[in-house]
Amino acid sequence: MTIALEPAVHGDRVSLLRVLGPAHVWALGVGIVLVGEFTGWNFSADKGGALAALIVCWIVGLLYTSVAMIDSEVTSTVAAAGGQYAQAKHIVGPLMAFNVALFLVFAYTMLEVSDAILLGDTIVAKAGVDGLTHNSFIAATIVVLAWLNYRGVLMTLNVNFIITAIAYISIVILFFSVSPWTQGAVLKLNELVTPGNALPYGWIGVIAAFQFGIWYYLGIEGTTQAAEEVRSPARSLPYGTMAGMITLLIAAAMTWYVCASLMPWEYLGITYYPLWDAGKLTGSPLLENLLFIATLLAAIASANGCINDAARAWFSLGRDRYLPSWFSAVHPRYRTPYRSILFLLPIALAFAFIADLNQAITFSILSGVLQYTFMSINIMMFRKKWPLGSIRRGYTHPFHPLPAIVLFCLCVVTFFAIFLGFGSQLIAMVAFYFLISLWFHFYRYKFVRRGDQFTMPWPKPQGY
Amino acid sequence: MWVALSYACWGISIVLALWMLYDWFKVDTTYSEEVLTSSREGELEAVSEKHRI
Repeated sequence: MTIALEPAVHGDRVSLLRVLGPAHVWALGVGIVLVGEFTGWNFSADKGGALAALIVCWIVGLLYTSVAMIDSEVTSTVAAAGGQYAQAKHIVGPLMAFNVALFLVFAYTMLEVSDAILLGDTIVAKAGVDGLTHNSFIAATIVVLAWLNYRGVLMTLNVNFIITAIAYISIVILFFSVSPWTQGAVLKLNELVTPGNALPYGWIGVIAAFQFGIWYYLGIEGTTQAAEEVRSPARSLPYGTMAGMITLLIAAAMTWYVCASLMPWEYLGITYYPLWDAGKLTGSPLLENLLFIATLLAAIASANGCINDAARAWFSLGRDRYLPSWFSAVHPRYRTPYRSILFLLPIALAFAFIADLNQAITFSILSGVLQYTFMSINIMMFRKKWPLGSIRRGYTHPFHPLPAIVLFCLCVVTFFAIFLGFGSQLIAMVAFYFLISLWFHFYRYKFVRRGDQFTMPWPKPQGY
Repeated sequence: MWVALSYACWGISIVLALWMLYDWFKVDTTYSEEVLTSSREGELEAVSEKHRI
């Protein structure tokens, strides 16, 4: 399939291009997340031991399954760029929407920063050359991917699909290369995880492990940002998101099993490269190099998806005049939100050069969890205001309100875990969102064209 | 080799950044602001799409 990239101004309008399918949605979601298997999740072992890392793998998996189910229903109904921002605007209100958009931009930009730092550090670690710094690799990652995003969404997500698939397959190859069906040959789980050291800090360690357990799946909700660029949102978004979540659950389980069977929890909890280290520990140069390349590809795929998502959230804010409408420009040839991409590029570069990986990861996680908390409230309001049958939904998630309750409770636990590890950052971030909300309410909202921002052809909500 | 790769990364970054700035300038001076910011939420682009497949 080829698409002619000619200046495409239809009459007086130029819009984002609807060219994506379910595979691109999968590539966007899994691409953003998969880096979490290559680094990040393992810090949960430092918080609570190897068994705690496994327990949070499943419990946080439940949190994200709820996110995927809820998101699929709402996004297949509110199919617009901005994803959860557009949902919040229609279901809760403008102030919530403004905050949610900022959660999105912060979560994805900080994740992009973390990815770029990881990539730079991985190359420097591999090179082992004195005086070589990660700055050039960070700059190249962010600028090249911004350029790719600038040039069009189809190529961006085609690239993401290929590199995400390679990174995923590398985990599968590693898993089957270490004879997972036998213990003792390569894997030594029964020696490394014993009743004596499985939970070194007890159950409070399991709670603390939630903070980094989020990294197993952080970003899967990013699939919704493609809503305005998929050919069939009602079909592609639920399908791509659910397939992505299943893929990630399998990858997370395989990753934990191999890593916990090869490394003691004391080392697993502090290394930045658990899967690359696992590749080294097998003694196979082929696996070591494969996992090195896969680590780089996973970081690139994640940063690529994050640039895509952050730019669309920022673009949506401009389109509704929540920010200056200048940001809502669409490139007439490439059909991308090019000004938003360019605006966020130096911000990401600046953070990547000055922030350290732990800080960037924590800001990303915090913004993500704030967003998930909103989603649990959002779906309750959505079902109450527009009950089943009152509007056409692309997908209806089962067992409502159980997923919303599970999601809310697990978000509370995660907030507590973050407070244990990064309490001051949590308070600073909440204070930031509070102050920026005051600015929006008392100053910025007067520029918003209030009637134009609600675009869904829905009946009046129940009770209004 | 790694040091050369590092310099190559700086070079690629600068070239692509300059290209994006050039293209940004070209687009902004070629098209009116009304056209560039004319995207509206909820429009089904597929109806009016004219790309060749």
